[in-house]
Amino acid sequence: MEHVAQHSDPHYDQEASKLGMWLFIFTELLLFGGLFIVYAIYRFLNPEAFQMAGHELNITIGAINTIILLVSSMTIAMSTSALQKKNKGLTVLLLEITIMLALIFLINKYFEWGVKFDHGIWPGSEHLLNDMGHGEVLFFGLYFVMTGLHALHIVIGMIIIIVALNKVQKGTVNADRPSLLENAGLYWHLVDLIWIFLFPLFYLIH
Amino acid sequence: MQTATQPEHEVNYLDYKGKYKGIFAWIFSTDHKRIALLYMYSMLTMFVVGVALGLAMKLELIAPGKTIMDPGTYNAVFTVHGVIMIFMIVIPGLPAVFGNFMLPIMIGAKDVAFPKINLLSWYFYVLGAVLVIASVLFGNGAPDTGWTFYAPYSFKSGTNLLPAIFGAFVLGFSSILTGLNFIVTIHRMRAPGMTWFKMPLFPWSLYGTAWIQLLATPVVGITLVLVALERIFNIGVFDPALGGDPILYQHLFWIYSHPAVYVMILPAMGAISEIIPAFSQKHIFGYRAIIVSTLAIAFVGYFVWGHHMFTSGMSGTAQYTFSILTFIVAIPSAIKVFNWISTMHKGSINPEAPFLWAVTFIFVFMIGGFSGLVLGALATNVHVHDTAFVVAHFHFIVFGGVGFAFFGAIHYWFPKMFGRMYDKVWAKVGWAFFTVGFLTLYSPMFYLGMMGMPRRYYDYLPEFHAGNILSSLGSWVMTFGLLIVVINLFRSAKNGAIAEINPWNSKTLEWTVPSPPPLENFDEIPVYGEKDGPYEY
Amino acid sequence: MENEKHHIVPYKVYIYILVALVVMTFMSIGITKINLGEYSVLGAMIFATIKSVLVLTWFMHLKFDQPFLRIMVGFVILVFFAVIFITFLDYYYR
Repeated sequence: MEHVAQHSDPHYDQEASKLGMWLFIFTELLLFGGLFIVYAIYRFLNPEAFQMAGHELNITIGAINTIILLVSSMTIAMSTSALQKKNKGLTVLLLEITIMLALIFLINKYFEWGVKFDHGIWPGSEHLLNDMGHGEVLFFGLYFVMTGLHALHIVIGMIIIIVALNKVQKGTVNADRPSLLENAGLYWHLVDLIWIFLFPLFYLIH
Repeated sequence: MQTATQPEHEVNYLDYKGKYKGIFAWIFSTDHKRIALLYMYSMLTMFVVGVALGLAMKLELIAPGKTIMDPGTYNAVFTVHGVIMIFMIVIPGLPAVFGNFMLPIMIGAKDVAFPKINLLSWYFYVLGAVLVIASVLFGNGAPDTGWTFYAPYSFKSGTNLLPAIFGAFVLGFSSILTGLNFIVTIHRMRAPGMTWFKMPLFPWSLYGTAWIQLLATPVVGITLVLVALERIFNIGVFDPALGGDPILYQHLFWIYSHPAVYVMILPAMGAISEIIPAFSQKHIFGYRAIIVSTLAIAFVGYFVWGHHMFTSGMSGTAQYTFSILTFIVAIPSAIKVFNWISTMHKGSINPEAPFLWAVTFIFVFMIGGFSGLVLGALATNVHVHDTAFVVAHFHFIVFGGVGFAFFGAIHYWFPKMFGRMYDKVWAKVGWAFFTVGFLTLYSPMFYLGMMGMPRRYYDYLPEFHAGNILSSLGSWVMTFGLLIVVINLFRSAKNGAIAEINPWNSKTLEWTVPSPPPLENFDEIPVYGEKDGPYEY
Repeated sequence: MENEKHHIVPYKVYIYILVALVVMTFMSIGITKINLGEYSVLGAMIFATIKSVLVLTWFMHLKFDQPFLRIMVGFVILVFFAVIFITFLDYYYR
């Protein structure tokens, strides 16, 4: 199989690939959007309860996780430039850093949720149902569902990035055929975007 | 315009032999034409189940009191009937079959943008169908909440909700991926010279539809996930005992399910917009107006969902906002009807089956549409909400709309898809029985509903008996017509007369390729010149 | 038409964007410590919106892509906000 002149390969349309990825991103935006609608309504109906419940979350960990994701967005964005500059070593390094940062985010989340569980707070727990008011129950229900769904997307994103990393190393993803890496980047930025909104809505209610 | 050559030696898509053998040559095929047929056969299978459930309901309703089933069973029957018909028949509908088959050819392409994802869409369809069937056969019995899965009953019901919900979720993926594929195909793969405003109207309708599939489906996806989480974890999001609001469930559900009806009807209208010019041998009247109307329906259709919820407890402000938007969204549909009729005016009419289906489509769609105005006006809605009137309305507009258009489309494109012509007499006989049966089945429901017969009840007052007898009779006549139509098509696919390349003298690109088309559709990609266009009669 | 394929964003541009994002993160934490009553959610949301615009424009490359992509993104966001707005017409006026 020839690897020259891949831009004239009739089966490879980079623009189509990019458009397809953006369309998929739109579906993810609407998926989370539904949850944001639920959040907005219930916060509107239960302002004090949401504020009280929000105090239970640790702003420091939330902020650290926010910074982690922002940095990881930068590293994966840089990796697309590195690929275009045909700097395979740097591309691989940046992707490895991105994956590490994602892992740290998940570990933080694991501890965060662990603290909640220790305090008897999880969806459907007795403490939640018997001792907390309606607004707080809703807050924590939404907290677990939204951060949980987000964490699931982090895991999926990591898998996609690992696949892209693998193909960069093999050379099948390169400056002439960058779509897989660029689309992986788009997916990762989406995950970052969602967290950009989750952070203030759950951690910064005062 | 260069037309494709007709190489005698080139194998058509039905006979093509590739890497795989036997059934695998079909279920592993990424050829859009084979995928279209895979969809058609799986949808036909589920349609038979859905029709059987419908007939069972009509049999139960033929007399007051219990006829053949208990009330709990009746609830499950109308639920599964709805889930199958909505999620497995009318939403995949024309896009899955005719979109997949004809879109690439009509725009001069060799396949869709992402053929493997196309096959994946079909796999999701099958998986979703299996899950829904599983919910009926295993566990505590088929779900009994109605296809609308309203909270709080959907998380309190002891029946088998989770597989059904999961099945609907998976079917949603199928729809989303089809929409995504079609948008990219239309943006990137139109033949040289085919500008947006030289593209035929069926692809345009698929484009508008695809955006709705893309943007609305995820909302019901997450809503169903929330119901599942409510059942499993008690998160409280729709449970009044925990602070949740069941009306919020209804909002989220209908934020998808109303745009979903435009997913159903827009491709149907697109097919009608192809049939009528061909069978009037005349340029479509108001080509651009139809495009604008299509996009307007898709857009405004996002904002009218509350008209399913007028009696739920929403604020007055929400009620009249939704009501006025509902009236506005009716306008573009009316524009299309005027355009179709104007196309026929002074045209050279060819009264074959596709045309008959198209004309009766317009008739039943308008009845359905007018009854929608009754439902969209707040004062009248209070009287007819949740009555048989609503059942009549949506069967006229959805079954009438999608059903008649689907049958029109299959009779229009059959010679191209299978290389043979069906028996034209039997086609018309089938159409006649179906139409008479359809009208007999659903028209009485308008009256029954206005007189107060509730929907989703397995029993009714004696004064509704006569109307129900008539309606149930209609269901048998309609089914008889269905059988004639389907049997005629199956027999003709095997034994019908060999069809010419363009039996209807239509001007769109699919009629320039051989019948049945070869694997990659075109020998050479056609080029549209200045004077070329889809309706240049 | 294909010029975005040849446009390579310099690394330092990405670094500048990151710095801006981090600064705004801290500012959004700060703004919620001020008692703005009903408008506290608005303050944090404004920063979140600016951050997301930066991510969309530079990290996600929209600035260098074809205009129709930007139009699509804008359209989707518009539809989403219209849906929230209309839903609130119910809850706000009950």
